[in-house]
Amino acid sequence: MNKNAKWAAGPYLLWMVVFVIVPLILIGVFAFTTEAPFDLEGNRLTEEEAALLIEEQGEDAVENKTVFTLNHLFEVSEYLPVLLKSAWLALIATAICLIIGYPMAYFMSRFRREWQQVIQMLIMLPMWMNFLLRTYAWMTLLEKNGWINRFLGLFDIGPFNMINTQGAVVLGMIYNYLPFMILPLYSVMLKIENTTIEAAQDLGAGSVRVFTKVVIPLSMPGIASGITMVFVPAVSTFIISRMLGGGTNMLIGDLIDLQFLGNAYNPNLGAAISLVLMVFIILCMSITNQLDNGDEEMEGKML
Amino acid sequence: MSNSKNKIIELKNVSMTFRDSDTPVLNNISLDIHDNEFVTLLGPSGCGKTTTLRIIGGFATPDTGDLLFNGKRINDVPPYKRQVNTVFQKYALFPHLNVYDNVAFGLRISKVPEKEIKQRVMEMLEIVDLAGFEKRTIDQMSGGQQQRIAIARALVNNPKILLLDEPLGALDLKLRKEMQIELKKIQQRMSITFVYVTHDQEEALTMSDTVVVMNKGEIQQIGTPQDIYNEPVNAFVANFIGESNILPGIMHRDYLVEFAGNNFDCVDGGFEEMEPVDVVIRPEDITIVPASDEVLNGVVETVTFKGVHYEIVVNAYSDYWIVHSTKSANVGEVVGLSFTPEDIHIMKKSEMPKITRYTVGRSEEA
Ligand SMILES: Nc1ncnc2c1ncn2[C@@H]1O[C@H](COP(=O)(O)OP(=O)(O)OP(=O)(O)O)[C@@H](O)[C@H]1O
Ligand SMILES: [Mg+2]
Repeated sequence: MNKNAKWAAGPYLLWMVVFVIVPLILIGVFAFTTEAPFDLEGNRLTEEEAALLIEEQGEDAVENKTVFTLNHLFEVSEYLPVLLKSAWLALIATAICLIIGYPMAYFMSRFRREWQQVIQMLIMLPMWMNFLLRTYAWMTLLEKNGWINRFLGLFDIGPFNMINTQGAVVLGMIYNYLPFMILPLYSVMLKIENTTIEAAQDLGAGSVRVFTKVVIPLSMPGIASGITMVFVPAVSTFIISRMLGGGTNMLIGDLIDLQFLGNAYNPNLGAAISLVLMVFIILCMSITNQLDNGDEEMEGKML
Repeated sequence: MSNSKNKIIELKNVSMTFRDSDTPVLNNISLDIHDNEFVTLLGPSGCGKTTTLRIIGGFATPDTGDLLFNGKRINDVPPYKRQVNTVFQKYALFPHLNVYDNVAFGLRISKVPEKEIKQRVMEMLEIVDLAGFEKRTIDQMSGGQQQRIAIARALVNNPKILLLDEPLGALDLKLRKEMQIELKKIQQRMSITFVYVTHDQEEALTMSDTVVVMNKGEIQQIGTPQDIYNEPVNAFVANFIGESNILPGIMHRDYLVEFAGNNFDCVDGGFEEMEPVDVVIRPEDITIVPASDEVLNGVVETVTFKGVHYEIVVNAYSDYWIVHSTKSANVGEVVGLSFTPEDIHIMKKSEMPKITRYTVGRSEEA
């Protein structure tokens, strides 16, 4: 039985190898290699030498080979400001999602069952609409003569310049990723029993301390996964920044997109940026994970 | 009222109905709880014991009626402001804290210095026999251990009143007896008022100053364990407090009752002539004697060994009688059932609860 059960994981393992592990290796290979010209004896040439040789002896005198290089990684450092900006905007969006989503999830979990389902539906509903469409909708709302400015115009306020700003990008992130914050929070809060809260009240804790000493510590796993689920897609988004940020608010995602599909075509650089972004995200996540179990360690030290 | 101790908690005509239900959970409950008293709520599952505790603890609000603490109405005082601690039926321990921090929770809330906390928590863990488990997380503890953590967590705060909702339910018989003694000692030493819930009648009788028997959201009888056992006010109480033989009878006049086809002398009076009544005789009050015309005769149906005694079922006058006897009998044998007038308890047919008042004088005599 046990043996057979193990085999059931087979299809997915295969899937993982083909579509996760192999691409990861490819990205690694791309990031650390480049095409360099060689002469027929196998000597590496500079670009000028290669150009000269082609001029002298024709195309066939030079062949391109794939060689190891760290150049792309150095090149990425030029884009560090873009990475930091992406991280900053994603961080703001994540923080606001947490601030909005946390109380929402808490009260939702304390509502009566029927209401919980209705609210859950309302939260999920936008997610069933196409992502692009949702973001387009925000464009028409935020535009110079979009709905918001037209509405405010009725009261002789504005028009405000809202689209193509960092604020619009953050707004887009919050709107699109808020459900990913609320749902994991909601599901851990459902597991907090009313009697646990009553026990804290019984021992003298008023609402503030019930919150800080029981609800927040018990919802830490949800906070950690909510942060992950919002921050990761937000930091690497390119559609939101392109549509709501205009050309002026390029994020790291746009940069990668440009290297593969844009006019700056350079897959090696693109792969290197992706790799750096990935390492960056892994670092951030290990910090968030500290949130999750850091608590227990602290308690341990207090003893 | 001079011999009565200070009332610390009073429930006055408390009724409560849960939303989306039409039968009341509590129906006109009135109950006085005195300083240092050990009060036990006893009754079958679903009779409203937990709900009564929740009202005292502040987790439920009565629809009508009042809850008084030292004479002041506290219906609307939130739980965290009440000088009451609770041992919850489902323990309700904090899953994110270890054993030590669970027990220390209340003391930390009231800002007791860590040094004193450490001393009190350790002492408490010693009492509930969990010393050495401080660092364990809750899910590493067995059900019975968790229950004892819950007791320690509430007791460590030295509350004026401790509410205990079946606090020993998950323990084996031996540990349960030890903890009963331990709890009773603590209650007396620290002068805490205990409101204790159990559906184990033996536990209720051995530990309490006052027993409150409840059924279907109503109080059936309030009294000392002796009162409850010896003078149950109705068939429900008689049956719930230990096994009983309950027979239909007719009260011919004071001190003379007819049942099982015979007239018997008894010690109860105050009934109307020829009033139908319930007659209760405890199984251990009946002695098996040789069959004769002097006593009620019957045929032994079954004999079961119960450890301390034999449970013998006798068919007499087409009723089954339960007899507890240290001597066995033979199935099919015709035997006589002997009991004295004092063993016959007469109860009104109606189930109107009679209230026997708890007084200090009485409990000190006992
Ligand atoms: N939250 C609730 N909503 C609706 N009905 C409830 C609720 N809590 C309890 N009840 C009902 O109220 C009645 C009394 O419940 P309570 O918990 O007080 O019983 P109990 O005497 O403590 O029983 P047990 O010995 O099984 O713990 C039961 O019939 C129960 O079904
Ligand atoms: Mg209960």
